Amino acid sequence: MTATPGTTGLILDEPLLWERGRSGRCGASLPPADVPESPLDPALCGEGPSFPDLSEVDLVRHFTRLSTWNFGVDTGFYPLGSCTMKYNPKTHERQAALAGFAAAHPLLPESLCQGALELIWALERDLAEITGMDAVSLQPAAGAHGELAGMLVIHACHRHHGAARSRILIPDTAHGTNPASAALCGYEPVAVASGPQGVLRPEDVAALMDEETAGIMITNPNTLGLFETQIQQIAAIVHAKGGLVYCDGANMNAVMGIVDMKAIGVDVIHLNLHKTFATPHGGGGPGSGPICVTAELAPFLPVPRVVRQGDGLRLAHAAERPLSIGRMGAFHGHFGVMVRAYSYIRSMGAEGLRRASTLAVLNANYLRCRLKDLFHLPYDRPCMHECVFSDRHQAPQHVTTLDMAKRLMDHGFHPPTIYFPLVVPGAIMIEPTETESKEDLDRFVAAMAAIAAEAGQDPETVRTAPHRTKVRRLDEVRAARKPCLAG
Amino acid sequence: MKEIEALQLPEDLRYAADHEWLRPGDPARIGISDYAQDQLGDIVFVELPAVGRRLERGEEFGTVESVKAVSSLYMPVGGEVVAVNTGLEAAPEKVNADPYGDGWMVEVKVTDPAQIEALMDRAAYFKSLAG
Repeated sequence: MTATPGTTGLILDEPLLWERGRSGRCGASLPPADVPESPLDPALCGEGPSFPDLSEVDLVRHFTRLSTWNFGVDTGFYPLGSCTMKYNPKTHERQAALAGFAAAHPLLPESLCQGALELIWALERDLAEITGMDAVSLQPAAGAHGELAGMLVIHACHRHHGAARSRILIPDTAHGTNPASAALCGYEPVAVASGPQGVLRPEDVAALMDEETAGIMITNPNTLGLFETQIQQIAAIVHAKGGLVYCDGANMNAVMGIVDMKAIGVDVIHLNLHKTFATPHGGGGPGSGPICVTAELAPFLPVPRVVRQGDGLRLAHAAERPLSIGRMGAFHGHFGVMVRAYSYIRSMGAEGLRRASTLAVLNANYLRCRLKDLFHLPYDRPCMHECVFSDRHQAPQHVTTLDMAKRLMDHGFHPPTIYFPLVVPGAIMIEPTETESKEDLDRFVAAMAAIAAEAGQDPETVRTAPHRTKVRRLDEVRAARKPCLAG
Repeated sequence: MKEIEALQLPEDLRYAADHEWLRPGDPARIGISDYAQDQLGDIVFVELPAVGRRLERGEEFGTVESVKAVSSLYMPVGGEVVAVNTGLEAAPEKVNADPYGDGWMVEVKVTDPAQIEALMDRAAYFKSLAG
């Protein structure tokens, strides 16, 4: 076993807060009441929830100790495919904490928040430049919300032209949220099978595309980590029938500033600032899912829009944007996330972003080549920012993808995404991101090689992993079938 | 995961390419094959249609959720749902333990018996799995 950060030595045990609490302890001292007591209507009174009595230090130690069980990108390598768990530079936090941003109220008059409006305006322009699109809305709160906003824009455009359509094409290599977002917008998702090379074939799209179909939702690069090489021809087929092309840009980290999305036929693309633009992710969110559109679709973007007027900026509302789909949220989106993304873009610069994408692709291809003799690689061709293996070589030993993912924890790595995409049975989806050094990648390869060897020599150890973690294998079946949701 | 040869594939059933089985009769009973339950792994939730619904062949009649993924269930034939296995709500593991018995899913009044003939028999289904 290699040296494993985080799984040797001191593992802190910690009871539940209810077990820690002692009657009469208190973490706050309240001033004496300065108004007379007034009894409540007894009908409104009850037992109240059972909360433990705790001191401040009880509480601080409890959560600090729990936090040592966590594994994040600041702890180690986190190759969770499709999630782009890249390192989040700490300077972003400094910018986001600037009082003019952090303390700005969303209802401030425009004259008192010109800096915040300027940041929204500039970030929209930057994202337009990076994707090649014409106009951007930062309002959607996260990726799937961006997908919904994009679908609403497409729907509004078709309706404006007098023909609301009912169906939308979605390849089997698209992100899992795509059919849900389309269905929420009222569209019937129609599945398109990808071809033998793992990418869409124009003839398969042509066979399904008609005047009742609003367009296609295509993830590019797709969830196999492959670039949709026929995208221009596919876009032409969709456009010829009056349809629109939606691109799920969750995998944009492979192509920042490299692919001109408008030039390849995309009409709407959403971005995940919490993936591609290095803002906190998962438990550290929230997310942000801007949509970028062509000039033709710009009138349909959510309101309010930040517009330039004279030397300043102001908000344009529905009255002057009659075609807008309306608001996607109460205010302007997750502004703190936008500050971090803007900080990332300005600190990287155009060349830096291109280089980040180039290195993300290089790292993924390095892992693909180093691991393909150990694990089955269903689509053996150069990949983009992630690569997908399967457990086929380990099947004779009855060692599964889940077993190997669990065993990786013993080596001190976060497991990759497993059993997704669905087009690869037993999928192991690895996305290293650009921020990993060759030494880290080599350590990961060594761990994967050790697991592959162990699957042959000592499969039981792999099947019963993890062995060195705080808790052993959890009973996820029982947790799903008989959930216990109360303390 | 089971070897193809180890799969239980009863002779008296018909099979669809999407791994549903159908036991001919009036009504006909439908479930998912031993191969399907084995591939899905531990099933934690089964969603079935309302009794009385009419569904076309190939139309989705429900979903089955395992710890790995959620998958759609497709009608091997068109017909009206006359019964659903409500026991799966509390005990979805029956699909894993007994896919052709207690793990059955729906019973349908088949619209066109010719659609049953179009389904695979055991030998053809086995061949499709062995690929």
